[in-house]
Amino acid sequence: MTALVEHMKTGLDAPICLTWELTYACNLECVHCLSSSGRRDPDELTTEEAKRVIDELAAMQVFYVNIGGGEPMIRRDFFELVEYSIGKGIGVKFSTNGAFIDAEKARRLTALDYLDIQISLDGTDPATNDAVRGTGSYATALAAMEHLRDAGFVERNGPFKISVVVTRHNVDQLDAFKALADGFGAQLRITRLRPSGRGADAWHDLHPTNAQQRQIYQWLLAHGEGVLTGDSFFHLNALGDENLPGLNLCGAGRVVCLIDPVGDVYACPFVIHDEFHAGNVRDAGGFTEVWKRSDLFLELREPQAAGACTSCGSYDSCQGGCMAAKFFTGIPLDGPDPECVGGDGELALAEVGRDTAPRPGADHSKPPRPVAVSIGRR
Amino acid sequence: MTVAAAHSVLDRTLALHPQVALRPEPFGALAYHYGTRRLVFLKHPDLVRVVRSLDRHDTVADALIACDIAPARRPAFATAIAGLLDSEMLDDRAR
Amino acid sequence: MDNELTEAQDRDDAPTATLDEQVLDEQLIEEISIDGMCGVY
Repeated sequence: MTALVEHMKTGLDAPICLTWELTYACNLECVHCLSSSGRRDPDELTTEEAKRVIDELAAMQVFYVNIGGGEPMIRRDFFELVEYSIGKGIGVKFSTNGAFIDAEKARRLTALDYLDIQISLDGTDPATNDAVRGTGSYATALAAMEHLRDAGFVERNGPFKISVVVTRHNVDQLDAFKALADGFGAQLRITRLRPSGRGADAWHDLHPTNAQQRQIYQWLLAHGEGVLTGDSFFHLNALGDENLPGLNLCGAGRVVCLIDPVGDVYACPFVIHDEFHAGNVRDAGGFTEVWKRSDLFLELREPQAAGACTSCGSYDSCQGGCMAAKFFTGIPLDGPDPECVGGDGELALAEVGRDTAPRPGADHSKPPRPVAVSIGRR
Repeated sequence: MTVAAAHSVLDRTLALHPQVALRPEPFGALAYHYGTRRLVFLKHPDLVRVVRSLDRHDTVADALIACDIAPARRPAFATAIAGLLDSEMLDDRAR
Repeated sequence: MDNELTEAQDRDDAPTATLDEQVLDEQLIEEISIDGMCGVY
């Protein structure tokens, strides 16, 4: 009988879950932000438009939405939309920097059913974290976690998530991250840095080295039980005989996708760019039409060629890596992943013409401050 | 799962857990448990039919018969149902 | 594969040994990790 993974490659009739960025507004300006967030886009979906999207997702029986941004709690209708979604039978997990979770909000969030929270953190000490996420952001995130603890969130709803983007500077902190999560009764989630959004510029300095990739792989095999990864490290499977748990599959346009703050639908949150734009929820037929019949998604659901990876024995485990990682470093999509553990990615990167890599889609960053800003101690 | 363990579900009175959503797919169905956040793929439409019928039959065995599942296939169905019970997708209910 | 199952049903009285094995070896469920979806937050 066919494994589910094979069905997923050809696309499901509806997403299992999807990412919905509610706003490009954000109180932070993380150097690697995949959505280049900072300023609200004036053309954001209205509350009514958002509710119509939720209605569509309910009709398609999408099981849950991952709400993010920008900082989703900035939207005045945040709770209204979350509660509307839950009321329609769609679970909600939202990703936040924690700035808007005070004691009262923590209690309000705790009282909701089918709600999960993911707090972003990129270092187990202020120096490491704030270098990427901005001064004071470590303290903000910890305060939010403490409010959730005080409100009894975990006892009522299960573990909230602490979500980490693994970089060159926090790879050695994996044990400390796990301890931090354990201390709160939370669940650790580590994810791969992609060269998406502002990450396009930060990637070259921040992405883990080859030795560190091996370190991540070994750590996950040894300590990764109960650690979520969003299936983002399957490119490391080629390092050994043991595959990391997970589907080891790119679900973009097949199982998951992104709806952005202005209703644009992309294959996934890491490819906000015309090349991976499938349509807009405001078009005739709404989100349903885009999911079922957009040219881009139908194309992604065709069998994918191994391309340059055809002759590599590891292709079955790594699937050629991540589309976003290739696209934004200028490597052809049928080429190797830039972080190919076999070293083919480095060769491919060397062939990419200077300044020819695609630039991210619209930049929602706040205008630069007049004083030159250092991105902190390394 | 041993054959004996699988057969032990045949006499039980079961139903889909109230927090589980069963979403049909061309190949079978996806079952998602909103409480545990677990996701299970039911790989054959016949299994989906049997699972949906469980709350109308006193036992799993009755459901298999009523759904015209050939005897040769019943052990595999029993194993699957035992698996669904293990992952809390199915629950005991009053007869 | 579905055709094989239908045939097994129709030939209930005299299934081949091979079909029997396939039928008995069917894994009718598969659990996957909901977090095992690359491309969501």
